[in-house]
Amino acid sequence: MQQLSGLGRRKFLQLAGLTGTGFFLGLNTGCKGSPEVAAVSDPGKLFEITPYINIESNGVITIFNTKPEVGQGTFQSVPALIAEELEVSLDHVNIRQTGGESRFGESQGVGGSSSVRGEYFTLRKVGATAREMLTTAAAVQWKVPVEECYAENAFIIHKPSGKKLSYGELADAASKLTPPKEPKLKDPKDFKILGKSGGRPDVPLKSSGKALFGIDVTVPGMMYASIERSPVIGSKLKKFDDAEARKTKGVIDVLLCERLVGIWRHDGVAVIADNYWAALQGRKKLKADWDHQGREKLNSKDYEAGLRKLASKKGITDHNSGSFEQEYNNAHQKLEALYETPLVSHSPIEPMNCVARWNSPEEVEIWTSTQIPGDLVKTVAKENNIPEANVKLHTMFNGGGFGRRLITDYVHDVVALAKKTGKPIKAIWTREDDTKLGPFRPMTYSAMKAGFNAAGEPVALEHKVISPSIDAGLYPGFDPKKVDKTMMEATAEQKYEIPNLHTSFVYSPLEIPLLYWRAVTSTTLAFSHECFLDEMAYTAKKDPMEFRLGLAKKGTSLEKILTKLKEVSAWDEPLPAGHGRGVAQYEFFAGHCGYVVEVSKKDKGIQLEKIFAVIDMGTVVNPDTVKAQVEGAAVMALTAAIKGGITFENGQTVQSNFHDNPLVRINEMPDVSVTILADGGEVIKGAGEPGLPPFAPALCNAVFAATGTRIRRLPFDINNVG
Amino acid sequence: MPSYKLNINDKDYTVDVDETMPVLWVIRDFVGLTGTKFGCGIAQCGACTIHLDGTPTRSCSIPVSAVADRKIRTIEGVSENVDHAVQKAWIELQVPQCGYCQSGQIMSAVALLEKNPKPTDADIDGAMQGNLCRCGTYQRIRKAIHRASELI
Ligand code: FES
Ligand code: FES
Repeated sequence: MQQLSGLGRRKFLQLAGLTGTGFFLGLNTGCKGSPEVAAVSDPGKLFEITPYINIESNGVITIFNTKPEVGQGTFQSVPALIAEELEVSLDHVNIRQTGGESRFGESQGVGGSSSVRGEYFTLRKVGATAREMLTTAAAVQWKVPVEECYAENAFIIHKPSGKKLSYGELADAASKLTPPKEPKLKDPKDFKILGKSGGRPDVPLKSSGKALFGIDVTVPGMMYASIERSPVIGSKLKKFDDAEARKTKGVIDVLLCERLVGIWRHDGVAVIADNYWAALQGRKKLKADWDHQGREKLNSKDYEAGLRKLASKKGITDHNSGSFEQEYNNAHQKLEALYETPLVSHSPIEPMNCVARWNSPEEVEIWTSTQIPGDLVKTVAKENNIPEANVKLHTMFNGGGFGRRLITDYVHDVVALAKKTGKPIKAIWTREDDTKLGPFRPMTYSAMKAGFNAAGEPVALEHKVISPSIDAGLYPGFDPKKVDKTMMEATAEQKYEIPNLHTSFVYSPLEIPLLYWRAVTSTTLAFSHECFLDEMAYTAKKDPMEFRLGLAKKGTSLEKILTKLKEVSAWDEPLPAGHGRGVAQYEFFAGHCGYVVEVSKKDKGIQLEKIFAVIDMGTVVNPDTVKAQVEGAAVMALTAAIKGGITFENGQTVQSNFHDNPLVRINEMPDVSVTILADGGEVIKGAGEPGLPPFAPALCNAVFAATGTRIRRLPFDINNVG
Repeated sequence: MPSYKLNINDKDYTVDVDETMPVLWVIRDFVGLTGTKFGCGIAQCGACTIHLDGTPTRSCSIPVSAVADRKIRTIEGVSENVDHAVQKAWIELQVPQCGYCQSGQIMSAVALLEKNPKPTDADIDGAMQGNLCRCGTYQRIRKAIHRASELI
């Protein structure tokens, strides 16, 4: 991605050759309000100005979007970076999703709120490069100095004479030029798209049922699969009886397969049928016998008791500034608390699914929703021993990602089944599969300690994380004697001036698939960190907002966010009796957001009244998308704070579907008022994740303010907070 | 295999399917209309919402044998050109994120406004409770339904 290699190479590409059968996220927004999934046209000549931009001689411009759309708005925000510099309106370009092709480079994944952060300058440079090549091509043709020419709305214009040439007319000549090394980027004050709340081109498609997700793909001759796996995750298949399953109308075959999930391979039995319903019915009639090999001993109650016990164990030091031990021992006043969080599911509403077809013994074509097209291509190639170029991937719209689609466990077995049967196969997980089989966001337990001096000021803070590890199950060679940095996420990076800070890690193995979840470990660690800070404020007899502001390093985004929160929430205005406010923030790799939440007492529980969010972006590409991301993050955080979580009994996942693993519904969620801090400049922060971590602690701090009940364990029952 | 005559978006279709097959899979896999989505299969998420004789119904939980001779409307039947008031409001307020739940949300919203053209927030919360959105677009849904009510 970083290199613009291949620039200037002239290519005649048949559009059909590029896109296979047309299952791509192409659309023609030329006529506003009536979006259509673009039919594959026969454009004649197509010129590649850079791998990211194709211009046809008839003027049709295609921008390749390298970042899968999972709802975070990359279908607009990423092409916008190119279009801005190219001087074309997004209404007049086709946007096409890349499928991990090597010519689009390594960074085709979406995670860590990184799409805009990571590509802001790189992709603007791509657009600027093409603009300069088109401008030069025009100047050469007119035999005028290039300085007299400028780009506007897909034309190059000769200023003195007013002559114009369209990009389509110039594409051939431009594609033969050597690209400039340092193209000039536009001055942000001249931006027409960036920084503005432009409409997302996928929204009309998603408001009419026309957007194609992985689950919507059909290819000729396709068969359907539903795969039975052990109810105790990862057990070995001893034997199975498929006689009844095979008798089911529509069932064609029953085949063994493997789920590749992290370092594990889990057995599965696939029922293949000529329609999905038949595959499901056949699957119900399978009789499979599993060898659990001790996995059936996993019980959440015991595992959690183990975590509590480990809380008193000395951890492996992650961060140590000052001398915590000494200052804590000498402290005038001490505070200690243990915070607990649950396993949770990702639960995108589109269940895992994949369509695979072998076009030849050496080439496989895949249609799926994924956050990682590049890695998918690589792992499928490796697993099947074929060149990466022979894995043709169509990255579809993702019906939610949240981290779940950062692994490809739902792809490999389908690829293998398609090979075995010689037929295209579509597999869809049931919601029960999705809920029971994981991967899950791990829990973290946090043993917190603080010491205060005689003046009542906090002088020492310790955050000990007790948890399983995501990476232990994802990659071989995990070293339990080392700190797992992912599980400590940003615990030592909050900009409070507390002179003696110690953070440490205690590992507790848990052999089930665990995975990054939207905002990863910050979603649990922010809860412990920011609720404990609240406890510290009350211990110091300070207002929680003033206490934080007093500790905030000057000029940091921490100070800015708190100051803004105080203002927008009218923090100093008195509240009616029975109401309470809570504040929290968390700064981590993806960005920085803070909340003030207001609640009121209602019967035995509490009711959410108001939610104020302030997110620091630095530079913002689409303010409306940023707002939408924070609004949504708050909903997801509320679910994680007050709904069930995932538990195990006798090795089996207790929850199975949305009735016992519920999500927050519309009636439970008040509006979120989002304020964006954007100072401009070169710092660009993420939007997709930062809205999650500080929500739960702000809520729980508000609960304390309203009721005096300190919540130290999630989830809590919002209707009964004692 | 029994044969069923279905009327979907004012068009007649004949399908030969198992009588227990939920309408959802008939619509998606046999009729080929994929705007109606699968999310849970147990009437919990609303992604599969269609109108059955005008009433919002979870198509994952009703067998094909129960809908013959009744009028089915799916997201594809809401408008030809994405210009129903609800769709216009959805676009104006940029409601969808991942978009997967939105066909179901729109079907519930259209049915609500057909019955109650001027709903309050409480009416909206009541009518839309059956539709989950993991991306959390609820506040925009509320706003967009009010906006659609102005546009009708
Ligand atoms: S799929 Fe029908 S309600 Fe969820
Ligand atoms: S928009 Fe993604 S689930 Fe609703």
